[in-house]
Amino acid sequence: MGLLSSRNSITRYKVSGQLDGPVHETVYQGLKQHAIPKIEDEGSESIVGWTSVETPYAPNFEGYSFVFGTYMLFALRIDKKSIPPKLVQKYYTLNVSKHLADTGRQYLSANEKKAIKENVINSLSRRIPAVPNVYDLVWDYNSASLWFFTNLKAMNEALETLFVKSFNLQLTRLIPYTAAVLTSELSDRERDLLQSLGKHRSEE
Amino acid sequence: MLDIAIAYNRYKFLGNEFLTWLWFIIETGPENLRRHDADLVSIAVGNRMVLENTRNNTKETVTIKGDNAGLEEGRLAIKKGALVAEIHLSYKTGANQFEFSLKGESLNISSLKLPETGPIETPEDLEGVVLEKIYLIEKVVEFANGLFSRFVHLRLSDAWDSQTKAQIRKWAGSI
Repeated sequence: MGLLSSRNSITRYKVSGQLDGPVHETVYQGLKQHAIPKIEDEGSESIVGWTSVETPYAPNFEGYSFVFGTYMLFALRIDKKSIPPKLVQKYYTLNVSKHLADTGRQYLSANEKKAIKENVINSLSRRIPAVPNVYDLVWDYNSASLWFFTNLKAMNEALETLFVKSFNLQLTRLIPYTAAVLTSELSDRERDLLQSLGKHRSEE
Repeated sequence: MLDIAIAYNRYKFLGNEFLTWLWFIIETGPENLRRHDADLVSIAVGNRMVLENTRNNTKETVTIKGDNAGLEEGRLAIKKGALVAEIHLSYKTGANQFEFSLKGESLNISSLKLPETGPIETPEDLEGVVLEKIYLIEKVVEFANGLFSRFVHLRLSDAWDSQTKAQIRKWAGSI
């Protein structure tokens, strides 16, 4: 899902805090440090990191290539291994049959079955490549706003975690409450009313 | 600030009330929306709307879809106490035509279709297209932000209970 797609889904964020140091250089260092690894870790089920929009499968942020005018454009990439359940079932059944034949027994204990299943999953996980998913984001540092180009909850959570780790800045999703508090310039009286309105509704 | 998960559930209703009010304004006085976009040409409900009625501890959902779908069912649902949970909008500002959906509980924008931008034929074209896309998205985001902000101030004013609620009920009942 990206800025250049024909249709977009956008989750809006407010960025809290200021970077320590020059903006582009600090962001560049954060991106480089938390870029998605080029070599896949065979053992892990999923890996998350930053990548570049132009070359999502070979992250490159050199020359501040993520800077477009006053905006910064880069992407979150999540590589996830997804093992089809039917494949697990196939190898599990074959392994159980082999084990029974090898030991001459008719039944396996629950623990033995569990161990065979785990072995099958681990073995398949090493052989199956991870599927990459790339989600662009646009960050306007001056207005402290950020658009993330997906509405998927798991991806939103991955972004929020990686963002704070990389830049030491907090992201706040703009949902009705936060949009009212952070972007609607409420008076003190209005803020109080908003709080009591929510409390009143949650008690209903 | 409230914890985000608590705030999400506690204030879902605010987003749904916003979309309900927005539909009411679109139907009864869209010219009032020019204060948020001086170049506004038109705004209309598009091809999908979802309404939810959560009164009496049950959830009833009404979905209306189709390019020429009548929206009477939606007004009837509002009359019975439902709120708009999702709305697809067709929005024209200046020469630019947009389509997008807004979800009440999250204020997320989805299915955003922008006007055509120039092609990317060389690496040098990229920056221009990126900036053009951002400019266009900003139009939609700012319009939505402006509308939500106006709604929140109205919702937190005395006029909401003394006037607006009655106006929306009257409009919903006039089918």
